[in-house]
Amino acid sequence: MSDANEPTGAVEPDAGTTGAGTAGGPAAATGAGSAGADAPSGAATANDPAGAPDPAAAAPGRRVRVVLVDDHRMFRTGVQAEIGQTERTGVEVVGEAADVDQAVTVITATRPEVVLLDVHLPGGGGVEVLRRCSPLMADAEQPVRFLALSVSDAAEDVIGVIRGGARGYVTKTITGTDLVDSIFRVQDGDAVFSPRLAGFVLDAFASTDAPPVDEDMDRLTQREREVLRLIARGYAYKEIAKQLFISVKTVESHVSAVLRKLQLSNRHELTRWATARRLV
Amino acid sequence: MPEAATLTVEDPRPPRKLYRSSDGRWLGGVARGLAGHLGLPVIWVRLVFVGLMMADGLGALLYAAFWFFVPLGVGGVDAERPPALATETAPDGRRRLVARKPDKGQIVALLAMVVVALIFVGNVDLSGGAKAYLWPTVLVGAGVALVWRQADNARRARWMEVGRRKRTITLLRSAAGVLLVATGVSAIFVLQGSAAHLGSVLQAALAVLVGIALLAGPYLVRMTQDLSEERLMRIRAQERAEVAAHVHDSVLHTLTLIQRNAENANEVRRLARAQERDLRNWLYKPEGTGKDEDDEPGTLAEAVKRNAAEVEDKHGVPIEVVVVGDCPLDDRIGAQMQAAREAMVNAAKYGGEGGAVQVFAEVEGRTVFVSVRDRGPGFDLDSIPNDRMGVRESIIGRMERNGGTARLRAVPDGGTEVELEMERAET
Repeated sequence: MSDANEPTGAVEPDAGTTGAGTAGGPAAATGAGSAGADAPSGAATANDPAGAPDPAAAAPGRRVRVVLVDDHRMFRTGVQAEIGQTERTGVEVVGEAADVDQAVTVITATRPEVVLLDVHLPGGGGVEVLRRCSPLMADAEQPVRFLALSVSDAAEDVIGVIRGGARGYVTKTITGTDLVDSIFRVQDGDAVFSPRLAGFVLDAFASTDAPPVDEDMDRLTQREREVLRLIARGYAYKEIAKQLFISVKTVESHVSAVLRKLQLSNRHELTRWATARRLV
Repeated sequence: MPEAATLTVEDPRPPRKLYRSSDGRWLGGVARGLAGHLGLPVIWVRLVFVGLMMADGLGALLYAAFWFFVPLGVGGVDAERPPALATETAPDGRRRLVARKPDKGQIVALLAMVVVALIFVGNVDLSGGAKAYLWPTVLVGAGVALVWRQADNARRARWMEVGRRKRTITLLRSAAGVLLVATGVSAIFVLQGSAAHLGSVLQAALAVLVGIALLAGPYLVRMTQDLSEERLMRIRAQERAEVAAHVHDSVLHTLTLIQRNAENANEVRRLARAQERDLRNWLYKPEGTGKDEDDEPGTLAEAVKRNAAEVEDKHGVPIEVVVVGDCPLDDRIGAQMQAAREAMVNAAKYGGEGGAVQVFAEVEGRTVFVSVRDRGPGFDLDSIPNDRMGVRESIIGRMERNGGTARLRAVPDGGTEVELEMERAET
């Protein structure tokens, strides 16, 4: 463990908390499993929702203000070291929080563009943060957008934060490059689906005998299903576009549509579906 | 009764304690327990008791004494009957308790009791006056036996997780026992010639009972509440202990190994992945499904995850698994699983440098689809060197022999994807 990272306490409401002192800090300090080490740069990995090899090159001069919410200091430090070097990545970490109350305070004070939100938090979990920040999310001028990060395998946790308003979900084993890329995606208002989330969603909308309450909201179209399936199979958006002969923009709009359905659907299965795996 | 206290330090064997058998008993389990303790056939002990019954009812007294003082346990001779309860796995994967039908043993026991009681009544050599008291006494005995037996049942149900019968039946049986005892006692009073005072005696008795209930009631209620509270705490403590044990056994152990292998990055990664998988399995698997890695997988999801885990461990390449839907395994799907495993091995061996291997499995109606994708250099099926005939044989050949299809293709941006499709066997 290199202890060269800045000693951030819990809350840094003032802007400008850049990763000072981490001169090219290695990814060794991340508490995120196999992050980085097993993927040579330039290779898109399964968790890469975009397939963009170098986000800085893809979007020169872009800036995004981010708040990290996670109760594990080690993980926050790791993420900070990986993405917090603003000159290189364009990500500026303007605050951190370790529980629900802190998170709401920091987010309200700093008004970031994107919040990286852990699903499991003391004080009610990520869902509670989303509930209390919903006015900020709905802000027309400058909405705060949430990207959920978790190590959880429990479908109800993951689906729960998405239904609570998060714009995407990635696992904590994601590489720094992919994470930066996902953050920019969320900033643009797009949805970010990891293969695992795509699997959960397909499961949640699985064809059941129960009639849908609202035809438009409770069913996935054939096209949406195809897109989700390819995401679950580890395809990047670009690859999906190639495979289905549509544009990347169209893929993105399909994914956003799925996200909206997920958040608005009334199907009771969505809240209950995880309790019993369906055996066909 | 044997004294457990006579255990000496030199004797490493635990003393055999006398318990009443809770399985295969006819009445109180006394005979079975004794037989188990003494190493005799049950039938002998029962005959001895019946024989002693002839000796002025000594057998009954002895039996009652044993019943009262000897704790109920799981000792005694092994029951030759099937267990009182069996779990059977329903098609939807949930386990159901199947209760045994009421056994003949109890009916036999009742008949035997009646016969013995009649013989006993016939045999008892008492003066005419005392003889009249006999029937009430037998009634009282029967009532007491009924209530005690009920108490035993309640205790047993607690251990054996027997699906408790409706409370009404329990109450009815207890009430019947109490009624029998009351009738017997009243009859004795009547016979004593105090029939004239019966009313007032009953009133007095009732008053005493009410008084006792008023005095002791709150204590009893509080005691039962404390007991159930204590039981809850004990269950919680057990759960906690189980978690602690699991963490202690596997997680701490792995962390130690990781520290010792700190220089070997591959080994560290492999250890961490394996531990993560193990812990996930333990945390997120629904209760009641096999949490052990030892039992054979019964469903598609389990099989895919198991195969991916084994390949991951062996080749040190992370494999991400996504499964949508689930179905039971059959022969065809089993073949598909073997082909999928082969594809995972290939992906890990030849495409592992490109990052994680992505495995996706989906059940849709009767069709099971599996894809295995890597981001390695990719390869051309036509130019496979001869030493890699394995792909043709073990993946494509195996799928086609079982009526499925396999497709290998190069992904445009690098890597290889294997798609396996199989129809499930008709059930």
